[in-house]
Formats: sequence, C-alpha cells, structure tokens
Amino acid sequence: MSHIQIKNIEKVYPNGYKAIHGISVDIEEGEFIVLVGPSGCGKSTLLRMVAGLETITSGEVSIAGRKVNDLEPSQRDIAMVFQNYALYPHMTVYKNMAYGLKNLKTPRDEIDRRVSEAAKLLELEELMQRKPKQLSGGQRQRVAMGRAIVRKPAAFLFDEPLSNLDAKLRVQMRLVIKNLQTRLGTTTLYVTHDQVEAMTMADRLIILKDGIAEQIGTPMTLYDKPQTRFVAGFIGSPAMNFIDVELTDNGSSIKLGKNKITLSEKLKHTANIVTMGFRPEHIKLDENGPIGLKVLLTENLGAESVIHAALAGTDSPITIRLNKRINAKNGDILKVSVEPKKLHFFDTQTNLRIN
Amino acid sequence: MLKQVHFKSSALPYMLVAPQIIITLVFFMWPASQAIYQSLLIEDAFGGNTQFVWFDNFIELFDDDHYVKTFVRTLFYSAMVALLSLSVSLILAAMADRVIRGTGIYRTLLIWPYAVAPVIAGALWAFLFYPTTGIISTALTKIGYEWNHQLNGNQAMFLVIIAAAWKQISYNFLFFLAGMQAIPKSLIEAAAIDAASPAKRFWTIIFPLITPTTFFLLVVNIVYAFFETFGIIHVVTKGGPANATETLVYKVYKDGFIGLDLGGSSVQSVILMVLVIAMTVFQFKFIERKVEY
Repeated sequence: MSHIQIKNIEKVYPNGYKAIHGISVDIEEGEFIVLVGPSGCGKSTLLRMVAGLETITSGEVSIAGRKVNDLEPSQRDIAMVFQNYALYPHMTVYKNMAYGLKNLKTPRDEIDRRVSEAAKLLELEELMQRKPKQLSGGQRQRVAMGRAIVRKPAAFLFDEPLSNLDAKLRVQMRLVIKNLQTRLGTTTLYVTHDQVEAMTMADRLIILKDGIAEQIGTPMTLYDKPQTRFVAGFIGSPAMNFIDVELTDNGSSIKLGKNKITLSEKLKHTANIVTMGFRPEHIKLDENGPIGLKVLLTENLGAESVIHAALAGTDSPITIRLNKRINAKNGDILKVSVEPKKLHFFDTQTNLRIN
Repeated sequence: MLKQVHFKSSALPYMLVAPQIIITLVFFMWPASQAIYQSLLIEDAFGGNTQFVWFDNFIELFDDDHYVKTFVRTLFYSAMVALLSLSVSLILAAMADRVIRGTGIYRTLLIWPYAVAPVIAGALWAFLFYPTTGIISTALTKIGYEWNHQLNGNQAMFLVIIAAAWKQISYNFLFFLAGMQAIPKSLIEAAAIDAASPAKRFWTIIFPLITPTTFFLLVVNIVYAFFETFGIIHVVTKGGPANATETLVYKVYKDGFIGLDLGGSSVQSVILMVLVIAMTVFQFKFIERKVEY
C-alpha cells in the first residue's frame, strides 16, 4: 500500500484553462519525490492540490490510506514549506514553530518538547526568541522546516524552498534537507525548477511539462533512458545535443553529413529521419572521429571545459564537455566521436524515444 | 565624487507653489495668529470696546464647569465614533478581502459614502430619524420605542455618533483592505495548514499584521471626530438638546459666532490648536517608526 496515492488527477481553472492533465503516481512511505519542470508546467499546482490549497477537479488523492479530496488542508496530516518561507512576522521563532501544535490543542509540555527537539536538530536553539526579520535567509529556511517537523506529519510538501537563497547556501541546504528527510523517514514531495537540485535529492523524479507527467523514474533512469526528447533536454547540464539524422543501411547506421556512424543496435523505425541526441559529456576528442565541429566559444572552468560549437558545414549548435583544459580558438575545427551506446533516438514528430 | 545638481534659479518654481502658500497664509496662518491674539482680549459684542487682559480668558475657561463637561463629552464622542467606525470597517474589509467575484462592485459601493459631504451625511441621518416623519423613527415607534432625538439627549448623541461613524467607514475600509491585501497569501495558507480556523487566522495572523494600519486609523479617526464632524452636528442637532451633543469645536462656534464672546471662543480655538499639534506630533513620532508587529 503506497503512502501517497495520486490517481488520475486533473485541474481545470474556472476560465477553462487545464493546468494538470490526468497525473497518476504511487509514492511509497519514506520516498523523496521531486516534481520538476519549467515554470508554468503545473508543478506547484500539483503540490498545492495535494496540500489542499487548490481544489481537485477530478481524480483522487489519498494520504496514508485516506482519501483527502474533500478534507481541509489542516486535516490532511501534511506540513508545507513555502518558497518565501511564510513565517509569521509578528511571532518569535519559538511561536512560529509552536503555532500549529497550539492550534491542535497539544499539551504545553509536549509542544515545548517537540519544538526544542526540532530546534536542536536544525541548530536553531540560539534563535528561539528572535523574530523572522532578525534572521538570515538560511535561518528563516530552517525555521520554516522546523515548523514542518514539529507537526510530525505523514508527508512534507516543499514548494521551491531553496530558490530564495544564494548559490552556496542552496547547496548546503540541499544536504540539510536531504539528510533530515532520510533521518526522519517522512514521505516528501518537493517542487523545484532546478534540475541539479532535483537530480541530487530525489529518490524518484516526476518531470512535468504543460501539466503532463513526461516521465517518472529514478534520476539515473531519467539520465540514461529519457523517454521523451523534453526529458532528455531537461535533465543534464549542459543540455543534450540534438540533430536530425538519416537512418541508413536498414537502420544499422546513421548518416551525418558525409560520414556514417554504425549503431550498436539496429534501429527499427517507420520514418527515415530521426532526432539523435547525445550528451555533451559523452563526446570524445578523436582525430579519426566522424564528426567535425567548428568552435564558437570555449569556456575553461579549470577542471573541465565546455565548448560551444557548430556542426561543421551547418549551423546546428553542439555543446561538448571535456574533463580537461583545451586550447581551442574560435573557428578551429575539432574532430570528435561519440560512443554509439550513448546515443538516444527520438521520433521527430512525437518526440518519443525509439531506441 | 558626486557632483551636486544645479538648477538655474528661476521664478517658476516659486510661482508654482505660490497658490498653496498663499492659501495657507491667508486661511490658516493669519486666522491662527488672530485667534492667539484675540484670546488675550476682551471685546464687547459690537467690537467697540477692547481690553487687553493677558491670560484672564484662559483662567476663566478652566474654571468653567461647562467647558470641562464639554471636554469629557467630546472625548466620549470621539472614542465612540472611532470605535464604531473602525470595528464596522474592519468587519467589512475582512469580508471584502474574501470576496472572489464582483470585487469591484463591492468596493465601489463601500467607498461611496466617502464622497458624501458631512452636511449631506448629517441631513441624511436626520431625515431617517426625524421624530415625526423619519422612516427609522416611525419604525421604532411602531415596535414601542419612543424616538425623539430633539428631546432626548442620549438619543441625540447616539444619532450624531452613527452619522459621523458612517461617513468615516469608507475611509477606514480602504486602508484596512489595502493592509489586508498586503499580507502575503502564503501566510494565510501556512496558517490554514497549521490548523487555524478562519476566525483564528484573522485574530492571530491578519489582525496583528495590520496593527500599524489600525493605529494610524485610530489617530485619524479621533482627529476626524474632534474637528471634522461640525457639519454633521450642526445639521442633525445643533449641539442640542440642552448641549447634549455639543463638542469642543461646536462650542467654539457657538460661543464665538452666536454668543459673540470672541475672546472666550479664541481661547478654546487656541487649546484645540495645541491639541491638534500634539496629536500630529504623536502620529508622526509613533506611526512612522514605532509601531511594529
């Protein structure tokens, strides 16, 4: 029995706009699920539907075996961390954390115990009497999490909790959240638009686009076998390269300009032209390589270098990432090759994976 | 180094502010100085015989039982006007904040009374409660309650309080609504997840967060009740019956323009002037910085 069950839920706004198109997912107890997608894809809407802050047009959500469609947010046994933290500005840190428990008529000593427990866990003990205004961004973030923890809910819901922090703090808080979740073992739904955050934190990812779940799976599945061109382009940084190529030799090789690349497996497809995708990190410099690239811009990052180039003779952009420094001037031609096993193929019309 | 910005001096800016400055000088500064000067004089009713008496007028006023009573009455009156008008507009704003459809219509209707002149507002309520022909007074008589604010002082006070409060509701409503809408929606949502009922959310989250607005409005309402409700009182009760609705400002008018005791009236004006200056200072000092949640 899964812990959070989302069955075919849809959201249609009164003006007729359909934000969520029938999403279903079963979430196991203790799982860390990340909802990720570009802005406007409906990820926050989906989270808010689980929280009870948006109505569910059709379908069913159950939490811990209880159908919650018609329950108030407070009755769903969830806790939520908001993007702007939503701390009550007129209350101290202690009162912020105790507010929910107080409303649930928890005995005072129990409130004290739970709040100080959470404070210890999040290293907030020194700050208990401060007001949110006197806290830094990272501290506010931890208070918001503390407020969620003390409730001991069946599920945590995070709505882009790190997007207001600077890059360094974000990496740090990522670890804090992940460790905390592992330690408490609470089922978690986490919304973000940052794919690195998504990849590093999630047990499983749900990739959303225009209200449709493009793919649901573990980070490595999504990286190795993206089911749609969108997922392929969304996961990984720099993003995957795509070129339309012609299938030849009955699907056992492809034609790229004048060169041919023999595939590791025969590709059967109805159309002759397919979209080929390969990741920047899967390209090797190779003097006898079949692909020629004209360098447009080199970014040396020290440990690695990213080269923005164009396929020789065309202007299709290709990005490659090498784990060494390179001296390439603009206009240089680099010969490269790709391991055939690391190639992804998609239908040009449906954008679905075909290999 | 920042260079200082230099404008060519010209007469234009002075000309542009001149109308406001002239109005201020002619209608505020000059009368105020005259009031201060006259408060030190005793004049006969025809202005023929004037005597400089220093602070005798002040001493006489503070010895006057009638003035003290008026002072207390005015305090009660402004407190009631502020309380009534603030609480009603707070309720209306809380409800309008939750309205989803037709917000424009609600708000327009609620803001309308603000456009009504005080005298008209007073006349409106005087009509409604007119002892012999008013709709409400007739209805009250029907259910066995005798209404006659022209004879009953308490009823008269009640009526001017309602009329004055009603007119101020719109103003308060606007500020309360703006204050409530400035509260991030996620705070309310967080409170909803934190198991707070709508009423609890209002009293523990929304109300504390609009205290700066509430405090500002409290001062504004008291000043309003003190100084700007002359028209209402003049139309509804003329300060009667038996001075039951006479406020400080109304007494200034009555003593000065009807009683023709210009010295005594000026003393009261000067006291009011000091009061309003004190309130303004108080408002600036506390509202601008002090009120925090």
